[in-house]
Amino acid sequence: MDMKVGKKKLGLKEKYQHMTRGLGWETTYQSMDDVFPFVKYEGIKIHDWDKWEDPFRLTMDAYWKYQAEKERKLYAIIDAYAQNNGHLNVTDARYINAIKLFLNGISPLEYMAHRGFAMTGRQFPGVGARVACLMQSLDEIRHAQTQIHSLSNYNKYYNGFHEYRHMLERVWYLSVPRSFFDDAVTAGPFEFMVAIGFSFEYVLTNLLFVPFVSGAAYNGDMGTMTFGFSAQSDEARHMTLGLEVIKFVLEQDPDNLPIVQQWIDKWTWRGYRVLTLVGMMMDYMLPKRIMSWKEAWEVYFEENGGALFKDLARYGIRPPKWLDQIEKDKDHISHQAWATFYNYAAACNFHTWIPTDDELDWLSQKYPNSFDKYYRPRLEHWREEAKKGNRFYNKTLPMLCQTCQIPMIFTEPGDPTQICYREVDYKDNKYHFCSDGCKEIFEHEPEKYIQAWLPVHQIYQGNCFEEGVDPTAEGFDPLSAVLDYYHLAQGRDNLDFEGSEDQKNFEMWRGMATKNA
Amino acid sequence: MSKVFIALQTNDDTRQIIQAILADNPHAVCNEQPAMVKIDAEGSLVVRRSTIEELIGRDFDLQELHINLISLTGNVDETDDELTLSWNA
Repeated sequence: MDMKVGKKKLGLKEKYQHMTRGLGWETTYQSMDDVFPFVKYEGIKIHDWDKWEDPFRLTMDAYWKYQAEKERKLYAIIDAYAQNNGHLNVTDARYINAIKLFLNGISPLEYMAHRGFAMTGRQFPGVGARVACLMQSLDEIRHAQTQIHSLSNYNKYYNGFHEYRHMLERVWYLSVPRSFFDDAVTAGPFEFMVAIGFSFEYVLTNLLFVPFVSGAAYNGDMGTMTFGFSAQSDEARHMTLGLEVIKFVLEQDPDNLPIVQQWIDKWTWRGYRVLTLVGMMMDYMLPKRIMSWKEAWEVYFEENGGALFKDLARYGIRPPKWLDQIEKDKDHISHQAWATFYNYAAACNFHTWIPTDDELDWLSQKYPNSFDKYYRPRLEHWREEAKKGNRFYNKTLPMLCQTCQIPMIFTEPGDPTQICYREVDYKDNKYHFCSDGCKEIFEHEPEKYIQAWLPVHQIYQGNCFEEGVDPTAEGFDPLSAVLDYYHLAQGRDNLDFEGSEDQKNFEMWRGMATKNA
Repeated sequence: MSKVFIALQTNDDTRQIIQAILADNPHAVCNEQPAMVKIDAEGSLVVRRSTIEELIGRDFDLQELHINLISLTGNVDETDDELTLSWNA
């Protein structure tokens, strides 16, 4: 071509070397141990930080250039989507409840990831690792902001999007994602990297961003599709980094292996539990379905994760613990989670429903081993009861798992009719768990997990009412007091989709968009 | 042998990139999904700058891939000329 650009002065590898090496120094006024106080206590031994390599060899100049392009694309689409009243083009207004969950449960985690990588980068003496953490920290705040911007458009029209920050620290089910990230950012820098960089980013985020976001596209939600893919384009870099972290740490010293293995076991299980929410979103909340949770799990975890752990076997790493249980659970968890939210819809900031007949058929087809036997009859029974005017909203608070904070809704591996309970006596108290995984994680660090802020315990202790509320007053209604504390309006933000303000408004606005009357 | 994959957004920028990847990796399988394309390949997959440049008729910096990349797996090795994804086992 006649527009040939001149040859670059430095190749990619050389440029990366120059931009990430030799920029640090050994401190002399203060000891290195005082400057980097957290880098040794976890027991990880690093002998040569220069062995750290980013396979994409990204430096800041290229980073800004490509990120700026991604932002321009994203905001062009977001503007067009808003100007075109794109929200009225989603398949069906039930869909909007899935993105309420996204904004409330996932976007704040992006912000925590931003903080986590900033803190972790500060703790690493190696420049290459610091640069990588810096970029990821910037990516993560970009994700939080683009998600908030994109979803703010829905907040103009629909309920449940307001005050997501207030709700994150209060609403019962949001303690699940929140405590997951709080657990990670309060760990040491290497554990954080394995937890978020490797276990979450590499092993699990594909499940969130790829099939779910493709599903958003399928359901006419261009806004979510755009921020989702834009975020995931950074994720590709994060995943690669997550894998490099593991390889780097394992190559540095053989003593690191058992520590890293324990973190991989812990964080794969912790992340897997959090993703229950995503499974439910895919199977129940996308009116037009793209793939089932089970299928997504098989492609993105079993196939990819299988290849990954086969590759890591040369370092002595084995696949994460409790995979046999996870394998059995994939037929069940999304159904168990939706049943729970259907039960507790009075205390939620989104609406629930019983799937339509063709949706039930889809679930029967996707889950031949479990759905017709265990879950369909129950949903149909609830539907019949609701028709008769007996819609039952559970107001009794459930027991929570001390580790993952999910109510005890999961069943025994191999027996879907029996709820799984585990318990541990520690000091003067008894602690309860949903699984062997969560129990073992607790037993490894009991002093950390006994501090958990469990929403149910807090409600019973009287800590989840607005100031001045008297729980001993006559006619005191605890649910209504808790909803006030959450800033949720009874009958507007919660309960079933059928009959909701969202449903009525969407129907009316869509009518206005297609007719002249 | 394990599979690697690369997933790209479906748009005008990626059409020729996808074509180039499929041309350079005859063993690769292309899965079209809503708004995205996932290319799976046994063992390894290579994205070659020169093939993309031939198809788009201009210079291409492999790092431009980041703009439309959705996800990938495998060990990554990137140079000025090639991006390779592979598993060692």
